[in-house]
Amino acid sequence: MVAPLLLKNGRVIDPANGLDGIRDLLLVEGKIAAVTLPGEVDGPAGVETLDLAGKWVVPGLIDMHVHLREPGQEHKETIETGTLAAAAGGFTAVACMPNTKPVNDNEAVTQLILAKAAARGSARVYPVGAISSGSRGEALAEYGEMKQAGVVAVTDDGLPVVNSQLMRRALEYAGNHELLVISHAEEPTLSQNGAMNDGALATRLGLRGIPHVAEEIMVYRDLALAQYTGRPIHIAHVSTRESVDLIRRAKAKGVAVTAETAPHYFTLTEAAVDQYNTRAKMNPPLRRQADVDAIRQGLRDGTLDAIATDHAPHSELDKDVEFDLAANGIIGLETAVPLTLRLVREGILEAGGMIALLSVNPARILGVGGGALSVGAVADVTVIDPEKEFVYGPEAVHSKSVNSPFLGWQFKGKAVLTILAGRVTYSDFPG
Amino acid sequence: MYSTHRFSHKHILGLADLSVEDMGLILQTAESFKEISTRAIKKVPTLRGKTIVNLFFEPSTRTRLSFEVAAKRMSADTFNISGSGSSTVKGETLIDTARNLDAMNPDCIILRHSRSGSPRLLADHIDASVINAGDGTHEHPSQGLLDLMTVKEAKGTISGLKIAIIGDIAHSRVAHSNIIGFSKMGATVAVAGPATLIPPGVEEMGATVCGSVAKAVEDADVIMALRIQKERQHDPLLPSLREYANFFGVSQKLVGAAKPDAIIMHPGPINRGVELDPKIADGSRSVILDQVTNGVAVRMALIYLIMGGD
Ligand SMILES: [Zn+2]
Repeated sequence: MVAPLLLKNGRVIDPANGLDGIRDLLLVEGKIAAVTLPGEVDGPAGVETLDLAGKWVVPGLIDMHVHLREPGQEHKETIETGTLAAAAGGFTAVACMPNTKPVNDNEAVTQLILAKAAARGSARVYPVGAISSGSRGEALAEYGEMKQAGVVAVTDDGLPVVNSQLMRRALEYAGNHELLVISHAEEPTLSQNGAMNDGALATRLGLRGIPHVAEEIMVYRDLALAQYTGRPIHIAHVSTRESVDLIRRAKAKGVAVTAETAPHYFTLTEAAVDQYNTRAKMNPPLRRQADVDAIRQGLRDGTLDAIATDHAPHSELDKDVEFDLAANGIIGLETAVPLTLRLVREGILEAGGMIALLSVNPARILGVGGGALSVGAVADVTVIDPEKEFVYGPEAVHSKSVNSPFLGWQFKGKAVLTILAGRVTYSDFPG
Repeated sequence: MYSTHRFSHKHILGLADLSVEDMGLILQTAESFKEISTRAIKKVPTLRGKTIVNLFFEPSTRTRLSFEVAAKRMSADTFNISGSGSSTVKGETLIDTARNLDAMNPDCIILRHSRSGSPRLLADHIDASVINAGDGTHEHPSQGLLDLMTVKEAKGTISGLKIAIIGDIAHSRVAHSNIIGFSKMGATVAVAGPATLIPPGVEEMGATVCGSVAKAVEDADVIMALRIQKERQHDPLLPSLREYANFFGVSQKLVGAAKPDAIIMHPGPINRGVELDPKIADGSRSVILDQVTNGVAVRMALIYLIMGGD
């Protein structure tokens, strides 16, 4: 039985309910029992009470794009450590990509992920299944079976679906099982062997470039297929200006498209890979300032619906090698809140907009619950201290891997309390 | 004018890291070492007791030999480790190899590697000095410096010259070091070749991109032809070597557009009749063999300077 908890005097930001004000929140039996003006609710006798003046009380954050590495690459991350990192970053739910070993293209892997999450998880885990069997890009995976087992969407993330007919069929068939199709947009004949964004810096470093059109061509193809089939598509990790523009125009035409970007794409440029810094190597690669600016604009005007971290743990064995050979990806669960808060302080996002991008929007895109602080809803709640300053050092990382370009950064603002169904999964409080 | 400049680099990873003063000092030192190679006994005791490892992960007889001769002329002990004979083929990482070597306390590791940035990775993980002997498509600093030396010898100066570099600019680490080196030393660098082989942003390295080879060569003091490869990793860069030779090869006619005293350079090995007309390669304007001679002197200077000589 979960003990009741009274969260007093916090700034409750709940975009799903149009609420942004000082409120008290009473959590009883893992549910939200009351949301009231300060002092209007007492709770049961002896209830643990936290004074959250100056803090934000928001719906439990949802990261719709993470790699938990289990099964198969447990030396990088496990469901236990990955969800611990999620909780430490303020997330109460994550959607995990299917590029495990073996690939999550069947109910057995899906069930294994859910069983591990139930036994040792610190966050809800929503498995995402593969689009194609083995993510080999040839035949459709068994969506019906996976859906029954618990997947919430399908993607071959990590790899593009090269075969356009397969992508068309995936969109069509996913409709039978009400599964969202998530596109990792990359035209591989343009990106192959590439190690970073194409351009002057790649030339100077002698690294093969990945041109931004490699992403945009596939974004366009998948928007066209979504329009043609009348089925929704979600574009993962948008990194370029032109992709944002394509999505904006498709939305204006009524195409059922949603899109996410990651904090690194609105924070860093390709300059972060200078000196062959493999901790800034990822796919899609970091781009240029004009792309960063366009992504910020896309978040501001609603073209981009969600912020997802693409949390991609890798060990030193995968990263302390020649740049060409280094694995793509960075961890992101524990830096998403501080990095997104920078956009709020810069006036690019309102607090409510930030929280929507990290909670109710991904919940709606995936068709999962959560993302709102409604009375009666499950008590997934995150408390953010927007003023708390800290240095992000490797010793503070909860993930099993430390491959982050943000190590050593001075941040202002972080999640200080994460509550999953009324139970505290992370506390840095009082801080 | 450079004698007061102190050389402060522990590693030589690329000309991008070196100042004009650094390059001036290297060239000045190389000029003084060149005389040693003309003596009857071509050896000085300068680096007696020092250990230099040639760690070559790509086949290269010329560069390896040049570094080895340079080290031996200064009495250093040298060891050659080649990629095929090393443990990296057994899955050992570059860092493991380097740490094992470092445990034997070499003073300097000379690295040739197919991956751009490998010398930086090595330098970050070991105590010894690292000299980049060519990494991927990044830089080949000792080649750039020997080219600077060769031009300076032939022309008396570098500043104010027009250097035309023709061919595969995208994949040539020699071109990259030369563009950086010559432009830093005050020359104008014009590059030309098939558009598929001109990399994006090469202007930011200091080059001017010319739409035609003829335009690049016009009034040039130096013409450098680069070795051409038809395709790399399934990237269709050229229709054929024949077509390349016809439209981008350095021919007698093309050389006529350059200054009358223009010199011809090539980093070798040459595809004769493809990027360079054999008559030109062997003609009186060619300084290709001087490049080889100067290579030893420049490499002596690099080894000497990073080992603390001044
Ligand atoms: Zn992806």
